[in-house]
Amino acid sequence: MQYLLLIYSDESMWESLSEDERQAIHLEYGRLTTDLRAQGKLVGGDELRPVATATSVRVRQDDTIVSDGPFAETKEALGGYYLIEADGLDEAIEWAARIPAARGGTIEIRPTVDRSGGAS
Amino acid sequence: MQDAFATAVERWPRDGVPDNPGAWIVATARNRAIDRIRRERTLARKTELLARLEEPARPSSENEENGMPDERLELIFACCHPALAADAQVALTLSLFGGLTTPEIARAFIVPEPTLAQRLVRAKRKIRDAGIPLRVPPDHLLPERLRAVLAVVYLVFNGGYGPPVRSELCAEAIRLAALLATLMPDEAEVHGLHALLLFQDARREARVRHGELVLLEQQDRALWDRDEIEQGRRALERGLVLRAPGPYQLQAGIAAAHAEEESDWVRISLLYHRLAELAPSPVVDLNRAVAVAMADGPAAGLAIADRVEGLDGYYLLHSTRADLLRRLGRTPEARAAYERALELAPSDVERDFLRQRLASLAA
Repeated sequence: MQYLLLIYSDESMWESLSEDERQAIHLEYGRLTTDLRAQGKLVGGDELRPVATATSVRVRQDDTIVSDGPFAETKEALGGYYLIEADGLDEAIEWAARIPAARGGTIEIRPTVDRSGGAS
Repeated sequence: MQDAFATAVERWPRDGVPDNPGAWIVATARNRAIDRIRRERTLARKTELLARLEEPARPSSENEENGMPDERLELIFACCHPALAADAQVALTLSLFGGLTTPEIARAFIVPEPTLAQRLVRAKRKIRDAGIPLRVPPDHLLPERLRAVLAVVYLVFNGGYGPPVRSELCAEAIRLAALLATLMPDEAEVHGLHALLLFQDARREARVRHGELVLLEQQDRALWDRDEIEQGRRALERGLVLRAPGPYQLQAGIAAAHAEEESDWVRISLLYHRLAELAPSPVVDLNRAVAVAMADGPAAGLAIADRVEGLDGYYLLHSTRADLLRRLGRTPEARAAYERALELAPSDVERDFLRQRLASLAA
């Protein structure tokens, strides 16, 4: 099964970290990504630019409405994602718990819709 | 937990409480067998299990004939997975394993039937779509997942304990606990919960009078179900021999002592002390204060009661302090505490009792 791991955290917490602390976290992400790749679980993933760079698009009655900012203003903002293969929710939870942002932030796990035709 | 419990546990004071009471002893032999069964399961078999989720609730005897013990255990863990909301866990567990129909479950929890039906549909859908595993959790997850299953069973029981009493829920919870005890005989806390529910259920006729709660000390013990108490003792024994203490066994042990002729308050205090270490809570501390007062005198009990935090809105804290102050001859303070308790008392039964106590102070 494929799961999207959405990484939510309070950006101001990142800003309050020292350079050394940020380096350590980067290394942790690197190790996690390496492990995912080594086990053939990594389908995709990326770090996103800060929420200040977000743009929202809505089409209402043929009008395209473009606005500054994310879908919703929240304390924790979407900062990145992983798209992984996992044998069930417990495995997805284990990977999610290893994401550094899970400490203090939230990882939302969403199963993707399976269109491959195989049993899920 | 509102009643003051007592215990007559023989083993721990004699043999010594084990060093690491929080550790779970998982029978490795059983797990090896389960691992083998798991590996031999084909995808088709898993699909069969998923299909069982879709079936309407069946009466309990059918479940016991058709299900392999292992399969039912897998379903219970799936029903109680933390990714499901607590009310969904309870509804699903009752629906699949209880002898209650959807309308009966809805009535028991005072939820409109369509709401409960929707809750069940969504929960089953989530198990399927989110990939909640249909298996006994691996060793590193088993302790917390088993705690969740036991908590669901306890929630079902408390839902029926009342007032008002809904005895069908209590009966279902005890059945579930008994089922778990046969499926996981090496888990001490399963036996502990089973025992606790039996002891509590044994008091059901004495617990409620005119629709209101009667404190344990004031209950008519002739109304206690002696047969259930005996069953509770046997269940507790099955847990104790595994030498893996835990909160449910401790609470069951305390309940067992209350069923004795004479409460051994020293032992009760010891068990509350252990319970406060494993599962700390202000209510546990309050009960411990009562037990210590009985064992070591009101001053010792009051010292503990005075340190309890977070129960200022709970009438039993104030009535307990009032009683201890009264026994110490600190009458003005006792009066103030009884008055505070009176303000907070939830019903006439308690208010009458407290007024009597206040009146006896003046005399």
